[in-house]
Amino acid sequence: MEKILTKNWSLKDSQTLKVYESTGGYKALPKLFAMKPEAVTEEVKKSGLRGRGGAGFPTGMKWGFLPKDNPKPRYLCINADESEPGTFKDRFIMELDPHQLIEGTIICCYAIGAKVAYCYIRGEFTFPMRRLQEAIDEAYDAGYLGKNIKGSGMDLDLFMHRGAGAYICGEETALLESLEGKRGYPRIKPPFPAVVGLFGCPTVINNVETLASLPFIIEKGAETYRTYGTEKSPGTKLFSVSGHVKKPGNYEVPLGYPLKKLIYEDCGGMRNGKALKAVIPGGSSVPILNRQEAEEVNLDYESLVAKGSMLGSGGVIVMDETTCMVKSLLNLAHFYAHESCGQCSPCREGTGWSRKILERLEEGEGTAHDLQVLLEIADNMMGKTICVLSDALAMPIQSFLQRFRGEFEEHVRLKGCPFKN
Amino acid sequence: MIEFTPENKKTFDETLRRYPTKRAALLPILWLAQKQFGWISQPVMEYVGTLLDLPPVKVYEVVTFYTMFQKRPVGKYHFQVCRTLSCELCGKDEILRRLKEKLGVGVGETSPDGRFTITEVECLGSCGTAPMLQLNEDFHENLTVEKVDEMVKGLE
Repeated sequence: MEKILTKNWSLKDSQTLKVYESTGGYKALPKLFAMKPEAVTEEVKKSGLRGRGGAGFPTGMKWGFLPKDNPKPRYLCINADESEPGTFKDRFIMELDPHQLIEGTIICCYAIGAKVAYCYIRGEFTFPMRRLQEAIDEAYDAGYLGKNIKGSGMDLDLFMHRGAGAYICGEETALLESLEGKRGYPRIKPPFPAVVGLFGCPTVINNVETLASLPFIIEKGAETYRTYGTEKSPGTKLFSVSGHVKKPGNYEVPLGYPLKKLIYEDCGGMRNGKALKAVIPGGSSVPILNRQEAEEVNLDYESLVAKGSMLGSGGVIVMDETTCMVKSLLNLAHFYAHESCGQCSPCREGTGWSRKILERLEEGEGTAHDLQVLLEIADNMMGKTICVLSDALAMPIQSFLQRFRGEFEEHVRLKGCPFKN
Repeated sequence: MIEFTPENKKTFDETLRRYPTKRAALLPILWLAQKQFGWISQPVMEYVGTLLDLPPVKVYEVVTFYTMFQKRPVGKYHFQVCRTLSCELCGKDEILRRLKEKLGVGVGETSPDGRFTITEVECLGSCGTAPMLQLNEDFHENLTVEKVDEMVKGLE
């Protein structure tokens, strides 16, 4: 089946306008400008495209929330803050096919009536930023950005906005705060960005991969997009695979693809002849799966929820039998404790506290009571905060303990880590 | 005397035109300031505040929130080693150990001659090529102990 997102990745100079146009790039635009903006939103709704950043919210529905009668200007913010551990797909879209992102941006801005789009890109992505800026410059020169795009009457300016090292700025409203020149503190919702967003104006925030999926949907149609994937999870997705596999990297597959196939076939199986132990299927914020669950599940939104996890960002972290689950959970707790913005007590205190407990457990100074406390902390972190960073550590704590409790108990019993050599 | 170069003043003006508020230009202007001055001291914060009509504390709030804005001088070579899960699973402990040994510097420290700084940072979005680090602006991926030795040898 023809690839949607990675179509150009193996071509030399794939990031240039010349190559993008040579494989059919920007061909969605004539079709786009012949449609009414509302019809574009309808087509995206029909396609079933869902946010590929992690939340999986239906894209067309999000666009539909913009108020019809609000006279303020509308904005698109491209979420290129990619910081979810295990995820490295947006980076390569920007490095290898930035024009696909630009074309998707034009489509979205046409549908929602935005004349200005900001690409919020994490500060560490120097190379993707350079590639994307070069592509933006090419697009302006060729008349795909700026005033009266290709004679359509549409104006669009696209500006890069560089972040400076804050995972929380990938959260929609924290992104807006950061763009406005403030600390990345998530906002209380409602109001949602569609109504009160950037500079108080109706705003759509979409992930890089979500936008990159749009040219295909508009050019080939929603029906064609739906021939990929499953009924409830149409389309394709980029899965970033890392950890103990022979061939880590990005893999574009139709949704519904078996995780077992991805690991053992596409990624060449486990390294060093070790056995699979656990998989985090959607970036570190989703519940972990044990070996059996991982080998049974299909990669789509519904199937992963049925197995007690989530599709999330599609960041697949593969762990083999030599992995200490306590050490791994500690690694994540350290991450979330560092990245917590500090606004909400359950998150600020819960992330730090659970990190300290896990440190003691890993050092061999943990008690059985600690495991109970960890679960109580996790319970107090779930659904009680302004944003879901808190839940993003609570779910790993709960799922690691549920599937690997024995290992935690062993650390207590042995007064040390059985994996330390 | 803290002041932008004429070229940076030009960039400053261009940047401001992209946003409807001066405050929204704060992050880009802080990047510009860090590029020119090397790090963001209090006088630099006050200067940026004046340029953007912001009270100094509003600049301080932002500089202290974002990890990439340096509040102290950093070495000429700033090694930022990724410490998050995939890199740890793929051997970052060994890489970090080797790096500390070769540079004679601990995590969070700068060498006395001001050349090297090592910090541990969170996921850099390069998990498929773990373990890896960011040296100044560039990613160095698929690291091995040998590659670390090579990297350090090549530095002035």
